[in-house]
Order: sequence, then structure tokens, then C-alpha cells
Amino acid sequence: MNEKQLEDHFNEKIDKDIRIEPKDWMPENYRKTLIRQISQHAHSEIVGMLPEANWISRAPTLRRKAAALAKVQDEAGHGLYLYSACETLGIDRDTLLDQLHTGKAKYSSIFNYPTLTWADMGAIGWLVDGAAIMNQVPLCRASYGPYARAMIRVCKEESFHQRQGFEIMLTLCRGSKEQKKMAQDALNRWWWPALMMFGPTDADSPHTEQSMRWGIKRFTNDELRQKFVDVSKPQADLLGITIPDPDLKWNEERGRHDFGKINWEEFYNVIKGNGPCNKQRIDARTKAWEDGAWVRAAASAYAEKRKSKQQAA
Amino acid sequence: MNNHLFNYTLQQADNCLILGQRLGEWCGHGPILEQDIAMTNIALDLIGQSRMLYQYAAEVQGDGKTEDDLAYLRDAWDFKNVLLVEQPNGDFAKTILRQFLFDSFNCYFYEALKDSNDEKLAAIAAKSHKETLYHLKWSADWVLRLGDGTEESHERIQSALNELWPYSAEIIIASDADHDAKTNGYGVNLEEIQSRRDSKIEEVLEEATLTAPEDTFSHSGGKSGTHTEHLGYILADLQFLQRAYPGNEW
Repeated sequence: MNEKQLEDHFNEKIDKDIRIEPKDWMPENYRKTLIRQISQHAHSEIVGMLPEANWISRAPTLRRKAAALAKVQDEAGHGLYLYSACETLGIDRDTLLDQLHTGKAKYSSIFNYPTLTWADMGAIGWLVDGAAIMNQVPLCRASYGPYARAMIRVCKEESFHQRQGFEIMLTLCRGSKEQKKMAQDALNRWWWPALMMFGPTDADSPHTEQSMRWGIKRFTNDELRQKFVDVSKPQADLLGITIPDPDLKWNEERGRHDFGKINWEEFYNVIKGNGPCNKQRIDARTKAWEDGAWVRAAASAYAEKRKSKQQAA
Repeated sequence: MNNHLFNYTLQQADNCLILGQRLGEWCGHGPILEQDIAMTNIALDLIGQSRMLYQYAAEVQGDGKTEDDLAYLRDAWDFKNVLLVEQPNGDFAKTILRQFLFDSFNCYFYEALKDSNDEKLAAIAAKSHKETLYHLKWSADWVLRLGDGTEESHERIQSALNELWPYSAEIIIASDADHDAKTNGYGVNLEEIQSRRDSKIEEVLEEATLTAPEDTFSHSGGKSGTHTEHLGYILADLQFLQRAYPGNEW
């Protein structure tokens, strides 16, 4: 088949919702876009471990400590599946990590915000994992097989994390005055960054159209954001805390909530590296990687020695 | 209440909690993603073991306390863990060596404790023993890799061994609770554990081309509540919220 026929065949599969697998022909841009999207997601999982790991040592009960450890471990696991899915596209994990450390690759900006109190563990689970699920559930039907399969596992665990986060918030909101204050303060700080997780408005989202055509994005940023607001408002009411948006109200006509304008200047600032923790997050990841170089070298040297011993025997 | 049984259970609970707390500090900072997961996994097992033991200790104590009261509301002098587990993580070599010295006790300890005439302890031991088989395999494998890996890794783990060796033996020096536990059949015979542990350590160090220091001096005090300076900081972190906002549900 020539290039044109290959591409027609590829498009036909996309139209029929037939999964694309690693050995199938695919347009170079489809491959590149997927590498960008999947690695960005993998990096987000790994960097996303840091703000929550920050509270493991201070978790207020042993049950919460165990849950926090398990959660951050799940995130490392998600990073692993996603790096593996990405590797099926012909790029290795070390190269991807290098792109993260040098700032060539992005990760979700939400993780550039600090976790200042225990309530942030609740707010992250409730809002950040909640927003992530909304972004990710449609990706379980992504056109690229290994990605879609990785996302199915990721989403199952994320929805567990989300319930766990909400339960932390609920416990705080039913607790003492200080605990409720903690919960409200966390909502105040995480609400807008959570809305920004869906990305720029549709009008400013350069990749959306092509990605939707390729079946690696199923809904637009604004559609998902609206859905998130609609789902979160009654949850905040149930908790008895207030979403920090005076313009947030139910619109009878649309049957949806109206909400205030997002501070896009902040969004682009954080992406550019000026968020409260951009430097700390990348420094921490780079340090872990560099400090681990001798460990990885030792593991390879040992494996080599074992191999030659076995061959000699 | 049976004071010795209470202390005996706490000794082990405190070992597990403090080492779990230390290992948890690696979470998100491991040298290889797979090993980050392994360390978190072991931390999680240890915290799980400490919870079962604290719950039982609270039951033995019988005045309505919970696992969290025991973990969060005692000060350092009431903690009975050995000094080994409170040692700082250091580099990956030090963490591995500390883990290996502990696992080579813990695994045989639980194996023997399965025969305890105290049903609760026997049940906790049966569940925990399975977990520690994996822990011991993991840490021993890494002692081999680092010892017989590169020149740098060899030097690092040998130096960790030199540093931690004086903290290795405390765990098999019997406390009053240990004596009582052995005599009354609810605990293990530490001499038997010691001989199994010593051979395991010897075998692994030899294969890893490492040399244990000749000096047999051993630090002690942990089992009776005299700790290193590190424990105060560990507890400051661990107990912060319970201390700052007392009496709340979390």
C-alpha cells in the first residue's frame, strides 16, 4: 500500500472505532501527538506524587496514613502503565524522563500548587482527582489501544481516590470549627486551579479539533469543565462549604450552572514556570533521578555479572 | 492488664510504625520508579502490621484506648522500638541495609510467633509473615546488587554497614517483656531467631562481597524508652495534627 492508502485505511479504522495497535501504520503526527499526550499524563502522575507525599508523614491517623501511602503508590503505578503505553510508540522511558527534567515536556499545572494543610489531601482527592476522572473516563475509549487499556485501570483507581478525598472533606466539615475552616480554605485554594485542569477555552485550544478527529479526545475542554462545575456544586453544598465564585449560579434556561471567569493570566503564568512550586517539583524529580544514577548503574552492573557467570557455568 | 504482654506487643508495633514512617519518606523520591513503589509497598505493610498490633495492645490494656491513641499520644520515652528503625534514611544504600538488618529479624520473628499460645498474636504473625518473606527477599536482593554492583555502590553499602552495624544486635537482646513472653509461651525464643538471623546475614554479606565490622559493640536502650535524638523529630512530624488539634475525628 502507498502512503495515501495507508492513511485511508487508518482513517477508516478510526471512523469505525477500531483500535489502533502499536504495530499498525499510523500518521507521524498521530504518533507524536499521542507521545505528547500520554507522556504528559505519565509525568503528571509522577510529579503529582509529590504534593500528596508531603502529608504522608503527618497523616492524622494510621488509617489515613495507610490510605495516603496506598494512594501515592497507585499514582506511581499509573505512571508506570502510562510510560509503558508510551514506549509502544517507539520512545523509551529515559528519554521521556529527560524531557520532563529539562522542561521540554509538560505535566498538569495543578501540581505546581502547594499542599498547605491536611485538608488539601481531601480537596485534591475530591476536586483534582474528580477533574482528572472527567478528563480520563472518555479516554478509556481512546483510539490507541495501549492508551485506552491503561486508562481503564487508571480510572478505576482514580474513582476510589476521589471518594476517599471527599470522605476526608466530609469528616473535616463535620468536625471542629478549625477543621471546617481547613476544609473551606482548601476549597478556596484548589477550586480555580481545578477548573484550569481542563485546559484553555475551546477557542484557545489548538489541538482539540485534530485530537477529536483522531479519537484521542472525546469531549472539548469547555464541555468537560461545565460538567465538572455542575457535579461539584451540589457536593460542596452537601459539605456545607462555599465555592469561591460569586458568579456561580444555576441557570434555569440552560439547565446548567453559570460560573465566573477563570483567571487565564494565572493559568499561563503557572504553565510558563511561575507557579508557587514549579521549581520545587522539578528539582525534586531531578534530584531523585540524579541521586539514583549510581543505584541504576549498580543494578545493571550486577545483572551483567550474573549473566556472564551463568554463561561461564 | 498483663503489662509484659502489653509491652511485648508495643515493642513490635513501634518497630513497624517507626520503620514504616521512615520508609514512607522515600515516597515520590525513589531512584527507580519500580523501587519507589516497592518501598511504599513495604511501608504500607509495616503500617498495617503496626495497626494490628496497636489494636491488640489497646485491647490488652483494656481502658478504651485506640490504635491512634497509642501511636499519636505517647511521647518518645514510651516508645519501645529499637534504635535501628529510627536511623535516618541516608542514601539508598543505607535504607537498604537498615531494611535488611530489620527484615532478617522480622521475617524469622513472625515465623516463630505463629506458634504463640496467644491466638491474636499468632494470627497477626501468620498474616505478617507472608509479607515479610517478600520484604526480606527484596532487601537481600538489593544488598547483593549494591554490594556486588559497581565500585561506588560497593563503597556506599559497605559504609552503611559500618555505620549501622552497632545498631544491629539490639533487636535480639531480650527485654523483660521478651523474657516473659518466652517463658509463658506467647512470644518467641530470641536465641533461636538470632542464630537463624546471623546465618542469613552472614550468607548475604558474603555473597555481596561485604565485610561486617569486627567490633561487636551494640547500642541499646530503645526497648526501655531511651532513644536517639531522631525519634523526637519523627514523632513531631507523625503526631503534629493530633497534638495541634486534640480530640478531633480525622
